Amino acid sequence: MDFINIFIKSAFIDNMVLAYFLGMCSYLAVSKSVKTAFGLGLAVIFVLGITMPINWIINEYLLGETGIFKMDLTFLRFILFIAVIASMVQLVEMVIEKFSPGLYAALGIFLPLITVNCAILGGSLFMVSREYNFSESVAFGLGGGFGWFLAIIAIAAIREKIRYSNVPPALRGLGMAFILTGLMGIAFMSLMGIDPAALTGAK
Amino acid sequence: MAETTAVKETTKEPLFGKKERKLLTDPLNDNNPITVQVLGICSALAVTSLVYPSVVMAVAVTLVTAFSSLFTSLIRTMIPKQVRMIVQLVVIAALVTVVELTLRYMNYPIYKQLSVYIGLIITNCIVMGRLEAFAMANKPWRSFLDGLGNGLGYGAILIMVGVVRELFGKGSLFAGSPVEMKIIGPTAEYWINTQESVLFGWYTNNNLMVLPAAAMFVIGIIIWIQRSYNSKLVDVS
Repeated sequence: MDFINIFIKSAFIDNMVLAYFLGMCSYLAVSKSVKTAFGLGLAVIFVLGITMPINWIINEYLLGETGIFKMDLTFLRFILFIAVIASMVQLVEMVIEKFSPGLYAALGIFLPLITVNCAILGGSLFMVSREYNFSESVAFGLGGGFGWFLAIIAIAAIREKIRYSNVPPALRGLGMAFILTGLMGIAFMSLMGIDPAALTGAK
Repeated sequence: MAETTAVKETTKEPLFGKKERKLLTDPLNDNNPITVQVLGICSALAVTSLVYPSVVMAVAVTLVTAFSSLFTSLIRTMIPKQVRMIVQLVVIAALVTVVELTLRYMNYPIYKQLSVYIGLIITNCIVMGRLEAFAMANKPWRSFLDGLGNGLGYGAILIMVGVVRELFGKGSLFAGSPVEMKIIGPTAEYWINTQESVLFGWYTNNNLMVLPAAAMFVIGIIIWIQRSYNSKLVDVS
């Protein structure tokens, strides 16, 4: 499988939010307006794109039996992965604060919250269980982040519109967001039959 | 169903004061982690297509929330504020590793089935959310109860969703576990423990329920029902 295949597959067919329900907390909490959803989506793409290759290197060269320590250290995987993610998010936060104070102010609390966004750790764990190589894991990181970005923009746009509709009071807000996500998940399933290899092969 | 069992547990131990009991029962309804706090939806919804993995997941999350709250509360005065997130994550990650290894040796098939979702308990916002909101400011015993209560409230929703999805999607309950039951009809009264039930033989499995999207519908409807009875939870914005 090549770069583009994995990118398309992880962005559309195996969408992080709509097929695996990863990153649901921030997806539901931050999707009230398109503007903040956009900023958070970009930050997620960025963090996923960085942490995935770093975690790949750690998993391959530190934890495996063929790694530097010549023993099976896979039980340390969770702790190391989450430490990488936490420090990367911290780093991204400092860089954004220095170079773009406007974006920093707009993202606010959501930036540190990316640490506990399951899509990030989930991406790294999927990468291990699917045995991707280095370039595939880069593609998976970027594609997965892009898919997450698309999903949060879509739900934020729908939620902005639905505010003017006559939803039953008990279903307003959260309940409706859940049902909408379910419908979007079904819509995205129609992409499942697509074979990305055939698409890129035809080029 | 799961709610009643949890309530029984609290009444079994009359040594608790009123406040402690409230810590345990509040997350079951008024302050439920999934339907009210909207925490911890991330890692678990994909496992609810069958009841058995949902129960295992509920137990795992309950253990992790309860003990991470306890340990964090024990060391809360020693944690510098700037690095508290990392300290919390290390506590959680260590506990999740213990749970993961235990499950792997106790029941490998279910471990394979849950795959990455056990690891994702680390980033389950409910664990971290309770540490930040409660355990960092309260005594160990109280924090333990708060963690336990939130784990139970989370598990209750998980098991409810699992029951609905498996019953309508597969016509069975607890598939894959020792108490596997094949139930064809959708009504609970007629549950019987036979291989091939003729009850409601006309019922065709609803494949929609097996899809992950069905979990969203079921939770949406649970929220709808809960808020219809509990009007103070209704979103007024």
